[in-house]
Amino acid sequence: MAARTRYAPDRGLTVRMTATMFLLGLVFVAFVALIIGIMTAAHASGAAIILVAVIFGGGSAFISLFYSDKIALAAAGARVVSPEQEPRLHGIVDRLCALADMDKPRIAISPARMPNAFATGRNSEHSVLCVTEGLLYHSQLTDEELEGILAHELSHVAHKDVQVMTYASLLAIVAGLLVRFAFYSELFGGARRSGGNNSQAALLIPLIMLASIVVYAISFLLIRLLSRYRELAADRSGALLTQNPSALINALYKVSEGMNGIPTQDLRAAEPLNAFYFAPAMKMSLTRGRSGGGGGKSLSAIFSTHPSLEKRVEQLNKIQLELGQPGPDPRGLK
Amino acid sequence: MGFLDTLFGRTKPVQPKLDDLFALPSAALQLEAATGFKPTGSGSVSFRAPEGKPFADIQKEVLELLDMDNDKPDGGLPVEVTKDSYGYTWLVSNHMSDEMGTLVTDLHAVNTALVDGGFGPQLLCTLVAFSDDNHRRLSLVYLYKRGTFYPFAPLGSGNNRDNALELQVKGVLGDELRIEPDLTRWFPVWGAPGL
Repeated sequence: MAARTRYAPDRGLTVRMTATMFLLGLVFVAFVALIIGIMTAAHASGAAIILVAVIFGGGSAFISLFYSDKIALAAAGARVVSPEQEPRLHGIVDRLCALADMDKPRIAISPARMPNAFATGRNSEHSVLCVTEGLLYHSQLTDEELEGILAHELSHVAHKDVQVMTYASLLAIVAGLLVRFAFYSELFGGARRSGGNNSQAALLIPLIMLASIVVYAISFLLIRLLSRYRELAADRSGALLTQNPSALINALYKVSEGMNGIPTQDLRAAEPLNAFYFAPAMKMSLTRGRSGGGGGKSLSAIFSTHPSLEKRVEQLNKIQLELGQPGPDPRGLK
Repeated sequence: MGFLDTLFGRTKPVQPKLDDLFALPSAALQLEAATGFKPTGSGSVSFRAPEGKPFADIQKEVLELLDMDNDKPDGGLPVEVTKDSYGYTWLVSNHMSDEMGTLVTDLHAVNTALVDGGFGPQLLCTLVAFSDDNHRRLSLVYLYKRGTFYPFAPLGSGNNRDNALELQVKGVLGDELRIEPDLTRWFPVWGAPGL
């Protein structure tokens, strides 16, 4: 009995995501080849620096992946809540998990006033879904809108986004460390090299530094791009799970307005969690300078971890159409 | 989820498992023999109604289908439709307490209609109510996506559940039904229609 499904996968999104990941891999391979090439050309034993960078970078990435739930909860100052404390929240998540046939994550509440939510954890057993008090108590979301946001976060868990993004960021972390190592050895190693017996090594350090900077910049942009695609994918899966894209659209509008309106708590404290948030908590300074010129908006779009509200709403409108209903103008619903 | 689905951030809608429902009538007999809990004759199907017209049409068809047997002189009460506070729709079918077979057939008709319409992933759970002589309430909840049952016994008016009774039922019905082994998935359905 072949089950009928009414929803075609979004091929465009899959293709764009594949291309991004392919490019990331390409940059990775090119970077390794370049480093090996430079080393061989210089007959140098700078391998130690690179090994240290890989071990440090890889190690810190895996530790942060392994403890991602604990780190994120601590950074957000969140506490895990039981079904007795928050029956409503647990009830909504229980039902969504039963619909999607997935393990239920732990539920936590962060005291932040900003209306937001995030999900993290290295796998489904260690995942935790955190919502802010601002989202629960101060954002005037209806239950259906809250459910839309929770479904979006559960989709992040189902898509293993924390793992995917950690692996994707590995290269950038290593390249970033190399830049720093090379920079310091340039600073402090200068005196040693003035002997002049090793002119090739003198060339080596700046070369590695330059390559690392380029790799870091490219992979940074690719990771941000990948992050935006993952957000769109989570929006899509979440809307298909609740079958209620309209509620998610409304929630997006309400939350984004709240983000702009409410004087936020310490933004710097919120930044490390940004990639896993429902709506980005920290606006890039480029976004604020939008009046500065035509280039401002597209630049901020490149650096952003989340797609623009317009993009997200546009995708959800498409799903609304799939469900057989013309999309209402969300601004008109208020 | 497969590796590729993870890589591309896709979730496939989960299709429901329907056939295990037919184990209910014999399980009900076993339950009554072992614990004294009798079916109240009411059962319900809970699903997530998608927005949009296609689903509204199917829902109407299902209702007409179920209400048809009620034109017969010995027909039971009509099917009730309620929406709970979580936004899920419940179709409650009421029968006499000894009509477990008919009840299950009714519930199955709802499921099949929804699955045939392509709305299988929207099915949440089905619930069959029992009670004993001391008016204790018990329900067996069927999780469509898992194909498993679990007992849910609300206590009093507050949000308390009788875990001892639930575990007792789990032991009694272990051979008759596939009981959900993961206790974290035994989520409460407080105030569910038909309970």
